[in-house]
Formats: sequence, C-alpha cells, structure tokens
Amino acid sequence: MINQREVTETIDMITRENLDVRTITLGISLLDCIDSDLETLNHNIYSKITEKARNLVLVGREIEREYGIPIVNKRISVTPIALIGGSACETPEDYVTIAQTLDTAAKEVGVNFIGGFSALVSKGMTESDEKLIRAIPQALATTERVCSSVNVGSTKCGIDMDAVRLMGEIILETATLTKEQDSLGCAKLVVFCNAPDDNPFMAGAFHGVTEGDTVINVGVSGPGVVKTALEQVRGQGLEVLCETIKKTAFKVTRVGQLVAQEASKRLNVPFGIIDLSLAPTPAIGDSVADILCEIGLEHAGAPGTTAALALLNDQVKKGGVMASSYVGGLSGAFIPVSEDQGMINAVEAGALTLEKLEAMTCVCSVGLDMIAVPGDTKAATISGIIADEMAIGMVNQKTTAVRLIPVIGKGVGEMVEFGGLLGYAPIMPVNSFSCEAFVNRRGRIPAPIHSFKN
Amino acid sequence: MKKTIITVVGKDTVGIIASVCTYLAENNINILDISQTIVNGYFNMMMVTDASEAAKSAVEIADEMEELGRKMNLSIRCMHEDIFNTMHRV
Repeated sequence: MINQREVTETIDMITRENLDVRTITLGISLLDCIDSDLETLNHNIYSKITEKARNLVLVGREIEREYGIPIVNKRISVTPIALIGGSACETPEDYVTIAQTLDTAAKEVGVNFIGGFSALVSKGMTESDEKLIRAIPQALATTERVCSSVNVGSTKCGIDMDAVRLMGEIILETATLTKEQDSLGCAKLVVFCNAPDDNPFMAGAFHGVTEGDTVINVGVSGPGVVKTALEQVRGQGLEVLCETIKKTAFKVTRVGQLVAQEASKRLNVPFGIIDLSLAPTPAIGDSVADILCEIGLEHAGAPGTTAALALLNDQVKKGGVMASSYVGGLSGAFIPVSEDQGMINAVEAGALTLEKLEAMTCVCSVGLDMIAVPGDTKAATISGIIADEMAIGMVNQKTTAVRLIPVIGKGVGEMVEFGGLLGYAPIMPVNSFSCEAFVNRRGRIPAPIHSFKN
Repeated sequence: MKKTIITVVGKDTVGIIASVCTYLAENNINILDISQTIVNGYFNMMMVTDASEAAKSAVEIADEMEELGRKMNLSIRCMHEDIFNTMHRV
C-alpha cells in the first residue's frame, strides 16, 4: 500500500521540482506514401499523418489528467523526407511543398513540432539528399512547426565534409531568411553525427528506416528533481552523490515508462523506447547547470565541469536503464544554452565558453545545442565548428549534434529571445581564425580505425 | 480495481472533508482509506478511492475536483495509483 510520504514525494516532484514527461513522440513511417507525382505524394503524406496521429493529443491529455503528470509536448517524427521525395521532387522548391504539407498536418492534429525534414548523408549525398538540404532554409522560413536534421557523419562511415561545408552555408541562409525573428529557423535545424533512429526530442527527431510503421517514443525530464535530491546530500562523498542521482533517475524514468505504456495501449501503437534524458527548460529550477553547481561548481564552465557532467550523465543512465524495458534515443544530460537558465547565467558571468561547451559534449548526451553566435560568423567557420563536433561523435562512438544560431544583425553580448521552451540566450563569441582552406577540401574524413570491429 | 489517490492540501477551514466527501458520494466514488493531518494550520489529506463505479471519466473527475478545490482555496489532485506504484515499487 502506498503511504502518504511517497504520495507527497511524487506530488512535490511534479508541483515544485518541474517533473514532467517532456514529450510523447509518435513516429510514423512515410515509406508507403512514396509516389512519383508530387501532388499525390503530398496528399498521401497528409492523409497518413492525420490518420495515424488523430488521437495523439487527446490521449496525451487523458493520461496527463488521469495520472496527474504533465505531458509537455505531443509530437510527431516521420521518415527522413529525402528518402520519400526522391522520385517526385525535381527541385528544392518541390521539397518545400512537402515541408508545408508536414506543417499543415501538424497543425491539423494539434502537435507543436513535427520532425523528419531530414537527410542521412554520413558517407555521401544523393541528388535527392542535396535538393532537400538546399530546401531547408526556405522550408524552415515558410513553416512554423517543421523541424529539420541532417546526419553528416557516423563512426562506421566517417564524416562527409562536402555535407559539412554545405550545412555551414545552409545554417547561415536559414538565419538570414528568418532574421526578423532573431534567426529562429536555426533553432529548428540540427546537424548530427551518429543520429539515433528513435530520438523523441526535437529538433532532431526523425522516424528511422529501421523502425516499424508507427511507434511511440517517450522523453522524460527532471533536472529539478535531481537538483532537489542532491540538496539533501551536500558535502557528502561521491558514492552517496552517485547513488542519489541513480535513485532519482530511476523514479523519473519509471514515470516515463508508465506514460509510454499507457499511450501505446490507448493509441494501439507499439512502444519503442524511453529516452531517459535530463532535458532542461528556461523555468527556474529546471536546469542541468544548477545540478552541476549543486555537485560543487560555482558556475557551469568552471574547471571540473566536464568531470561533473560525465559523472551526472553516467549515473542518469545507470539509474534509468533498469526503470524501463527499452531505452534509446539520446538518453543523458542535455546541455543547451538558451533553454537552461543556469547555462545562460554561466555565459553571462563569463564562466562558460564555446570551447568549454565543446569539451562538455564529449561526455553529455548530445552536443553544441541552442548556442547563439554573431550573425557575421562565416559559413566556413560554422562548418569548422560542425566538423569538430562531428569528429568528437565519430571517434567516441556517440551521438553529437550542432544547433547553432547565427543571429543576423546582432553581435557578442546582445540577447536573443526565441520564446517558450526555446528560451533566450546571450550571443557568444566565436574563435575568428580561419579554417576555410580545410573546410574547402572536397571529400570525406575516413571512418576511424576502431570502427572496424567485424 | 483501479484506485485513485486524492490529495487535498490547503489552509484549514470548516467543511473541507464534508464537501470532498459529498462530491465523491454524488459521483458514486467509494472511499477506501483516509489519512489526514493538520500542521501549522495547514490541512493535508490523502484518500484512497475506488472510482470504478463512477459514471464520469477519470479526466472529468480530476477536472471537477480541481475546480472544487479552487472554489475553497485548496489544491485537490486526483491521480491514478499506478503513478505512485511505478515510481516507488520495483
């Protein structure tokens, strides 16, 4: 029998410490929508999404009320569109029409984001891939809810530097086309290395080709819960610290597992995975940086940050993995800048730099995330930053990503406001030395030696 | 049997239990257990209930109880027991 202490603990987690299920993401395969006629293709895509996701928002709301746990986002991920549009799209503009169809379908079913305007080009780009990539700026500027991602590298294949070079230009073009909204388009665009097929988190979610027709993936959150738990063990040894993180991660993940199973049952869609991530929001007390401070740092970015983050990330996984029957996605601690009040404070205090963030990405779950940089940053420099981040992912056999926002018309120290969960951010300085000659070399970086495991 | 845990928290006044119980009785929700404390003038109650015979859906009940709480300046939450079971029991 449940006792009052346990009930109070759970309710405190929800009401005071921002425990929530961050997203229920319905993955939908669009492979059976393929047609050589663009109009038919768009029609097929719209029909399939609106049919499969018809009850998603309703069921999400039911579970939310019945169990008393907030479910912040209901979202959709689809098969990478570069694989779907190949035979129908002759120009990038044709791909833009698909993005608009996705946007209309997302609005129809009431989800706030739809991910999968994506291409997987870790070894090379097909014509279709390149057209889709060239369509990204226009697609993100003319839609509201569509998210885009491009996987440009993997441990198995190496890094496609032609795609990396192109993405530098595409990010800048997206920033320019959305400059009236502080270059918001770039907040919906992620460049990946080792992108997972089952990530429920935006902006990088897509429904991988290895997945079934439809699947439910759930992303949990709870930085505030971990922070509060750690307040109780101040000054104690690392063993106690680690045990506390594990226990908390276990509890948080169990809630995600419950919600995922319920959603799967009610929507009659197979359960895929739980992404056991610590995903911060700009809300006070919902910050990963605050956990690092609680572990013992003055600010995120101080010496020791990488070690503290490595510890945190690992304990979250260890605690969470037993709480769920299937774990996947990105799973770990996210370190976005604009979406985390503690990270914003650290940047403003001068404690956190782009280079330190890069080091932190070696041990966190993703990468350089939601970082605002000056609008006059060169495309080649952006490509250089992407290449560095992809190399970290490739060599360490982990997912890494880059979501940079060159804010057109603004410079270092100025603030940008993205609104809602995307938060706000101070613009960070970028190393201004050139990498142009390196980035302009054609071809790809070969896969690392330890990828040959056969 | 699916149990619903109802928690009521807020400043103590006359008739809290009466109005909560009246709502439950009117909606055919059976009370299985009640524990209640008052600390520093704050009322804190946990009820274990069985709503399987209720005509209304869990969502409606949760919404209406929350509204009832708002009128009395209390926080009333109805939650399916499984959220506590999964979190606190392996």
